[in-house]
Parts: sequence; structure tokens; C-alpha cells
Amino acid sequence: MLTYISIIITAIFINNIVFSQFLGICPFLGVSKKTSSALGMGAAVTFVITIATVVAWLLQTYVLNPLGLQFLQTIVFILVIAFLVQLLEIVMKKTVPSLYQALGVFLPLITTNCAVLGVAILVIQKGYNLMEALTYGISTSIGFTLALWIFAGIREQLELMPLPRAMKGVPIALICAGILAMAFMGFSGIKIG
Amino acid sequence: MKRYWNIFYNGIIPSNPVFVLLLGMCATLGTTSSAYNGLMMGIATAAVLICSNVVISLIKSLVPDKVRIPAFIVIIASFVTILQLAVNAWLPALNASLGIFIPLIVVNCILLGRAEAFASKNSLFASFLDGAGCGIGFTFALVLLGGTREILGTGKIFGLTIFPEDYGMLLFVLAPGAFLALGYLIAIVNKIRKTC
Amino acid sequence: MKKLASTLPNMILSLGIITIASGALLGWVYSITKEPIALQAAAQQQAAIAEVAPAFDNNPEADKWETEINGVPFTVYPAYDDGKLVGAAVKGSSMNGFAGEITVMCGFEADGTVKDYRVLQQAETPGLGTKMEPWFRDPAGARSVIGKNPASTSFFVTKDSGGEIDGITAATISSRAFLETMRNAYEAYRNYEKNKSN
Repeated sequence: MLTYISIIITAIFINNIVFSQFLGICPFLGVSKKTSSALGMGAAVTFVITIATVVAWLLQTYVLNPLGLQFLQTIVFILVIAFLVQLLEIVMKKTVPSLYQALGVFLPLITTNCAVLGVAILVIQKGYNLMEALTYGISTSIGFTLALWIFAGIREQLELMPLPRAMKGVPIALICAGILAMAFMGFSGIKIG
Repeated sequence: MKRYWNIFYNGIIPSNPVFVLLLGMCATLGTTSSAYNGLMMGIATAAVLICSNVVISLIKSLVPDKVRIPAFIVIIASFVTILQLAVNAWLPALNASLGIFIPLIVVNCILLGRAEAFASKNSLFASFLDGAGCGIGFTFALVLLGGTREILGTGKIFGLTIFPEDYGMLLFVLAPGAFLALGYLIAIVNKIRKTC
Repeated sequence: MKKLASTLPNMILSLGIITIASGALLGWVYSITKEPIALQAAAQQQAAIAEVAPAFDNNPEADKWETEINGVPFTVYPAYDDGKLVGAAVKGSSMNGFAGEITVMCGFEADGTVKDYRVLQQAETPGLGTKMEPWFRDPAGARSVIGKNPASTSFFVTKDSGGEIDGITAATISSRAFLETMRNAYEAYRNYEKNKSN
């Protein structure tokens, strides 16, 4: 049980995927102008990361490892992710159109979100079992959503600030992200168990 | 000749992938704790970019439109895997310092972006130049950011001591420093671009 | 040349050819890099053993002995010269680093005096905990562990009561984890000696 709590806290706060692992920065900067779209993106990413991690783990354990094809990991994982995103889009459109309306626009962006591929590879590198991989996938996406959501709140305020022209937009966003990353550094060194 | 020069030069300064187009941010932030790491990541990405641009431009007419994205992804992923194997075999130290960011070159938006926007429409030589230009521009940005962080953080540049390490602001080597340094560098580039 | 139309057979054919071609290419690259990759991993280990252990004429990897200290696996690579035990390289790790696991190859002389060490793997904070490789061989103050024997010197940071080794400034947790690995490695070496004489 303690392992799972440790994985959850570590993935959300201590090694936050955005602030300390630098994954998923593109959507982090791109879709964080409004809190509502930030939450939408977060939900879509959570969905994809969770499924992709489990599928990638199963493929690695039951196909790539027994066949000795570990070197095909990158290519197989990225194809699985691209395929999953497409599939999700089609299934959602047919079955839950309301959810598709809410998340649909974010789905195509997810294939090239390095957080998805990153988590799939990290889970293998860390040698997690299936349950741990699932926990890690979900908590990482919660960490991502949290980062995106906090940041969107800050950026909504930033829009109203008088700033030097050269600082507007991405530069000031990055600097704010830096300050947030400092806050998240306060979590490092926490020991669970 | 002039046209080719423009294609090449365009990726280095006018539309620099990092400072102007803001692409490939994950690798930019994640691997620039020192100038050397930035340089190596830049070279690795440039190598994959040139290869994928060339191959995609070669086979562009054989790929039907509707499946072009998966086809490009397969090609890019193959080159990344080759790079991974080569690094493991001959430069294991590099593998340790760049870590997960080597396989993640696959999802670097610059690669798919150039494939889609340039290589799938242009001749082989032009695509090669475009890849080389963007690759050099990316490497340049990474070295600049890595160098800035290294010198502010540890007082060194490419491992050469400029001022004693004790005066360095360690923060710049750590995660927050990556965001801060890149934010200020982009602001400076914006300022220069607007005045000239 | 005209672009191929997006008909189903065309799409399947084109994707199929690309996938097969890249698969074949990757298989080929894999077959050439397979040997160097295996060699690299082995060479690193060998080099680390040779660097930290006293001069030997046996093959420490062939004579390796595995044990467990406080639940953590340690591997002893004994060094023999002329059939006499002259020391050992001990590989072990600690999970108590600031950011996860620290793996160290520790070299001991026959009496357990630390000869040298190599930090094989760590993920500590850059610029702080990562200093452990140069720090614990630095003769300044009581930093160095080299030439000291865990039997007579207390391998704890001076901050902790009774400790006789200076920890890294601002990285006490990393220092503790490093010294813990050293202590356990010493223990593993002693166990090996005992096991040997029985």
C-alpha cells in the first residue's frame, strides 16, 4: 500500500512531470490561457496517458520482451499512442458525443505530447508492475492537470498586467513557470515510508 | 543559389525553432543543464531531422495524403531508434546524461513540423538544407541556453572555469532556472527582433 | 511524379512498405550495434572494478559473491594476487538518496581500508548531491574516505553524533546515503572474508 501512496505523492508533487521532468511543455504553454480549456486538456491527457501506459506496459511485457525486440520500443510505443488517439476520437464521437464536444479539439494535439510517450517509457525503465504502472500513469496525469490548471489561473491574471512588449506572452509565462517550479522544489526530499 | 541560402538561413535565425517558433520546448528545457549537454542534444536532433527530411522528400510522391502522418512518424521513429542504438553502442556516457530525451526526439514537434510543412512539398536538396538549417538553429539555441545556465549556475562554460563555483547561482542548473533563463532569452530575442 | 491517390490499397501498400523497410533497417542496425552495446556494459563494470580494487591477477567477476546487507543486495568482486586475498571491489546501493537510488563501487584493501570508490549511478540534485564523486576523495578537512577503515573510523557524517566524515555542504541526505552504502559494502566484504575462511 505504501508503495502506491509513495508513487502517487512522488508523481504529483515531488517529481511533477511539468516542473521537474520537463515533459508536456508544449501543451503546457499552448493550452494554458484559460482555466476551462486547461481542465479540458488535462482530462483528455489523463484519459490517453492512462490507457496508453497500460497498453504499452502489456506490449512491452508480453510481446517485446519475450521476442527480444526491446530496441523497437520507441517506434512501437509511438504508433500505439497515435493509434489509440485516433481510436479514442472515433469511439468518443460515436458513443459519448458530449464528452467528444468537450475534449475533441485537444485529442489530435496529444499524439505529439511528449508526456504520453515519456510516461510509457519511464514506467518500463522504472520496472513497475501493471498496478504500479497504472497508478503512476494516473497520478502523473493528475500532476500534469494540476500544473496546467494553476498555471492557467496565473495566466488569466497576467493578461491584464501592463508588461514590456518583449516580455508579453511566452517569456513572462516561462518566468512564472520558473517561479512555480521553485515552489514545487519545496516538495523535493520528502520521504514516504 | 540565393533561394537555397535563404532556405538554409531561415531555420537558423529568422524562424529559429526555439526562440521564434517555440517548438521542441521539452528537450530545450530538459537537456540544457550545461552547454555540452545542449550541444549534444542539438546535434542528435539535427541528425535525425536531416535524415528524416531527406527520406520524406524522397518518398513524398509514394505516400498517399491520408496516411502521410503515420508514415512520417514511422520514418522519424526509425531514425530515432537508430540514433538510440548508436549512442548506446559508442557513446554510453551521453545516454546517461540525456536519458529519456533521446527517445523523446520522436515527439519533438520540430521534426513532424518540418516533415509536414517542408519536406513533403520540396525537392531533396532543399529539404536537406532546411533540415540542416533548422538543426543548426536548434543546436545554437540549446548551446546558448545551456551555456547561460552553466555559467550562471556553476561559473563554468563547457567545463572551463570562468569564476569560482561558490559564486554560482545553483538555481540556474536546477529545474526552475531552465524556465527563467529561457523566458529571459526569448524576451531578449523579441526585443532585438522588434528593434531591427 | 504524380502523388498516389488515397485509395485503400494504395494506403495499405505504402504504409506496409514503409514499415517493412524501416523494420528491416532497424534489424540490421541492431545486429551491428548489439555487440558493442554488450561490450560497453561489461567494460564499464570491469573498468570500475580495476580502478577501485588493489592490483589483482584473478578474474573478480568470475569469483563474485552475492550477499544481502539490511535487505539490499551487495556483490563482492574479490581481488586475489598470487592466490592471496588482497582486497575487493564491492558493488552496492542505497535507496535513501535525495532522489532515489545511489549505486557505488567501493574498493577495499585486505584489512578493509577504503582504497577508492566510483559512483556508478545517482540522480541527486545537480551541483549539490552530485558532488559526491569528487567530495569524498578531497583531502580537505575530514571529507575523504580514502585510506580510512570503517572498523576504526565512524563512517557517519559529522553532523550526526559520533560521525567522523564531513558531509557535502547542503546535501546531507545524499552524504548519508553514500556513507550508508560504504558501511554496508564494508560489511559485505567482511562477510565474504568470514564465509571464505569457513
